[in-house]
Amino acid sequence: MSGHNHDDHHHHDHDHSELSETQLRVRALETVLTEKGYVDPAALDVLIETYEKKVGPRNGALVVARAWADPAYRARLLKDATPAIAEVGYAGRQGEHIVALENTPKRHNIVVCTLCSCYPWPVLGLPPVWYKSAPYRSRAVADPRSVLADFGVTLPKDTEIRIWDSTAEIRYLVVPMRPAGTDGWSEEKLADLVTRDSMIGTGLPKTPKDLAK
Amino acid sequence: MNGAQDLGGTHGHGPVKPEPNEPVFHAEWEKRAFALTLAMGMPGGWNIDMGRFARENRPPAEYLSMSYYQIWFAALEHMIKERGLVSEDEIDAGHSLHTPKPVKRILSPGDVAKTLHRGGPTERDTNTAAIFKPGDKVRAKNINPLTHTRLPRYVRGHVGTIERVVGCHVFPDSNATGAGEDPQWLYTVRFDGRELWGANGDPTVKVSIDAWEPYLESA
Repeated sequence: MSGHNHDDHHHHDHDHSELSETQLRVRALETVLTEKGYVDPAALDVLIETYEKKVGPRNGALVVARAWADPAYRARLLKDATPAIAEVGYAGRQGEHIVALENTPKRHNIVVCTLCSCYPWPVLGLPPVWYKSAPYRSRAVADPRSVLADFGVTLPKDTEIRIWDSTAEIRYLVVPMRPAGTDGWSEEKLADLVTRDSMIGTGLPKTPKDLAK
Repeated sequence: MNGAQDLGGTHGHGPVKPEPNEPVFHAEWEKRAFALTLAMGMPGGWNIDMGRFARENRPPAEYLSMSYYQIWFAALEHMIKERGLVSEDEIDAGHSLHTPKPVKRILSPGDVAKTLHRGGPTERDTNTAAIFKPGDKVRAKNINPLTHTRLPRYVRGHVGTIERVVGCHVFPDSNATGAGEDPQWLYTVRFDGRELWGANGDPTVKVSIDAWEPYLESA
């Protein structure tokens, strides 16, 4: 593949030059594509702003919080998540077909994409680096408890661990268990407990004690 | 293809390193590479499976040493060059040197929200009936295509149980080659950890994949 074998660049520091070269090539390509009329840089700005500012794990947290607070909504979400999530206002690219996975005292769900980086964008935003990395993608399906250990999470020995490898266009959202001591909380406040990792399955929600810290 | 992207069950990659308060992007070029990739889908005319193949189709050592957005960007460069939209001398010069090829549409700023909201649903109507039903035992076929497939190596040859009939969906193995969508029934197939990883596997683990009918046979 091109990009790393040119000898006409001026950078010598190894890591630095790799990055700079990519940076220069991305800039060059954007200019070429813009001059040719294939991209409108203003559309690029809107795309970036969308995923930096608007679409992120807070969306999923609000979905989970509603499922915790409203049993009828929870039932709809677990039965057919895509329309249930659309009710809350989230839909679209990389979330066209969503399945919600219920964590219980007996079963813990973890989502991975061993083949690339499939991730439910409308509810979680863009995936973190570790989710796309070889360590996670290789080990989540074979030795998930060691992966959880990397996140500082230990589950009871007899909890069933269910791994969902996102090999098709189905995207998975974990609905973690509602923490104790949250009776009567508003959906907004409940959503503050729902972490991104708890919706992937590599973490647990915060507790009221964590929030007070 | 049996490339470096097919990582499930491989060893030696070290610990997972979560980054506290990770930013959405780590550099300005990542933002632009991400957005260029999304925006070029429209004039470029490729589908998601062609995009995935362009990312995975590189020497394993290269794939594993690149960051994810470097892989995205390399795939974007490959796809636009392959279609004759841009040539290497233009990237080197940082300017358009040749007459642009006509394209049908480009992404305008006003269309971004609508386009993202529409997404790319992959479910299709069909007149065929699904061969398998929930509870059926199936074996993942031992296939090793040089082209794109979404059947990971770690399940090939192993027996699992149909958990859910998902619907009829675009078949990536066909779609990635430009041979058409060829929609096929899609199933969630559950495997016991010990079926996949042997006697030393964690007995509390179950793994599922989503598998199209052509990947499966009765067991």
